[in-house]
Amino acid sequence: MAIASNESAMRSSNVTRMFIYLVLLLFALFYLLPFGIMLVNSLKPLSEITEGNMIALPREWTIEPWLSAWSTAQIGVEPTGLRPYFINSIAMAVPAVAISTVLGALNGYVLTKWHFRGATWIFGLLLFSCFIPFQIVLIPMARILGILDIAGTTYGLILVHVVYGIGFSTLYFRNYYAAFPTELVRAAQIDGAGFFQIFWRIMLPSSGPIIAVCCIWQFTNIWNDFLFGASFASGGAAPMTVALNNLVNSSTGVREYNVHFAGAIMAAGPTLLVYIVAGRYFVRGLMAGSVKG
Amino acid sequence: MGFLDINNVTKSYGAVEVLHKVDIQVQEGEFLVLVGPSGCGKSTLLNMIAGLEGISSGEIAIKDRVVNNIAPAKRNIAMVFQSYALYPNMTVGKNITFGLEMQGTPKAERDKAMADVAQLLQIENLLDRKPGQLSGGQRQRVAMGRALVRDPDVFLFDEPLSNLDAKLRVDMRTEIKKLHQKLGTTIVYVTHDQIEAMTLSTRIAVMYDGYVQQLGTPKEIYDNPANLFVATFMGSPAMNVLSSKLVEMNGAIHAQITGAEGQDQHLRIENAPDAYRAYLNKEVMLGIRPEAITDPEGADRNARNIQMLTNTVSVTEPAGADTFVSTTLSGKDCIARMRADADVHPNQPFEFAVNMDKAVLFDPKTEDRIA
Repeated sequence: MAIASNESAMRSSNVTRMFIYLVLLLFALFYLLPFGIMLVNSLKPLSEITEGNMIALPREWTIEPWLSAWSTAQIGVEPTGLRPYFINSIAMAVPAVAISTVLGALNGYVLTKWHFRGATWIFGLLLFSCFIPFQIVLIPMARILGILDIAGTTYGLILVHVVYGIGFSTLYFRNYYAAFPTELVRAAQIDGAGFFQIFWRIMLPSSGPIIAVCCIWQFTNIWNDFLFGASFASGGAAPMTVALNNLVNSSTGVREYNVHFAGAIMAAGPTLLVYIVAGRYFVRGLMAGSVKG
Repeated sequence: MGFLDINNVTKSYGAVEVLHKVDIQVQEGEFLVLVGPSGCGKSTLLNMIAGLEGISSGEIAIKDRVVNNIAPAKRNIAMVFQSYALYPNMTVGKNITFGLEMQGTPKAERDKAMADVAQLLQIENLLDRKPGQLSGGQRQRVAMGRALVRDPDVFLFDEPLSNLDAKLRVDMRTEIKKLHQKLGTTIVYVTHDQIEAMTLSTRIAVMYDGYVQQLGTPKEIYDNPANLFVATFMGSPAMNVLSSKLVEMNGAIHAQITGAEGQDQHLRIENAPDAYRAYLNKEVMLGIRPEAITDPEGADRNARNIQMLTNTVSVTEPAGADTFVSTTLSGKDCIARMRADADVHPNQPFEFAVNMDKAVLFDPKTEDRIA
């Protein structure tokens, strides 16, 4: 009897499970649909798109739109493709992410392990910087970049993103280090380690998950930023997002939708890649600050 | 001048003074235990010796060198923390030699020192593991190894055994004591466990409310407590404290207490100090340790003044080696510690033998010892 009822319980739980997976699958398809359409259309000749059937698979597969988007498409006035701008974005995002993460870690370390008068105030102000709308700082920032003579360059953008990123990265690291045992720092002090030795040898090696979180967050934000890119880096120094806009909005000739789709995927690619590579740390790192494992 | 001098040291946070004029001289090779309940200032004092907390006034000197403004690493001390504080990202070997590395000791010397310490503590087979892979007792050993390897002037222990289970705690306690006897190091040890304090120390500082209540050898602290706090904090079960009245009968001073049925009982005090006379016919607190109340056969043969007292037994608690007997005296539960085979039964009258040599008196208002 017991066995029979057990079996029926298992069967009903299997049915429930099937149902849950089915629903999840439908949602996944729904969310993937836009990306799917982009991908499919980027592999079609333009003529197939203009016929009006966007959802159908290509009759004739081609990677021509990708090659065009990458190296020959008209960006603004120059037929350079997206390649130089992709390199610009990398040259901007990688240093900006690295610098803001290291500074955030340093801030978090100081704020939690080296108490000083006014620490809470400083942290509060740093937090406040997370909520300042971008538009408010455009003009002061332009002035500063002008004074530093790095307006319109990738260096200027790095500076802007580092300044904006410190608020968030400090928040992440402060919360993570608040749960980090202070006795370890004390022990290292007695062992004779200095301020930076403790940071490099003790704190950073134990910060893997939060570094991953911070990098993903910063990279996504910085890579996807349009406003600062459009405002502070014109022409040849523009990042990928601005170049994509220039590609799509160029007013001459036919609109090559397949090339636009390919370019959009290229622009989205790196952030997707970062999530796939480091994503499993993301949730773990987000949890680490709140719940002690 | 001692080996470690704590001279009139105070600690304040803003206007609040949490440690008041602490004055302790520790001799070389001494094992000083700071004991007291949570918040008494014992860990603060230890951190001040280590240099992890500033000194508000007074001075601390190690080997006649004032260390008030010297960084922790330069004081030549080592510390074992309650959580062990092993660096999670380093192997046991790295953990032990990290301090030496920071001081710039050459690698060959470091490895030699590590091997010696590992052998002393029997952790040779753990050197390549990470702290996360160790048991509590092993971590404790590694933490001690990290302290020992530096060959410091003073060892500081901050409740090092409180994270271990009961059995391991007793084992490690013995081990620390052996280590101290073998190496003859100077140790300052913080604990809230009065048994640890009694067993390990050569001297104890009992602390409460930011004051050192009493400083002395374990025997002094136990037999001659300076005040009611020290008397009740040290010893388990705690000392019985009975409110009583001093009366003079037949030319001798007696402590008058009430029995379980409200009848007056008199315990004669011999060789009473003169100070007792001032309290004649006044209220005092009479302190008697449980082991000073026994059955007549189990009484201390060397005691000079055993007073008999018949009273009703309320509860007996056989605990293997001893039997704890409760009875009501002066309206309070009073515990007697007897031989396991003492013939005691609940709710029956029993003749208790009270060793009045060990009895101590306290002023009920100031709670100070009357002597």
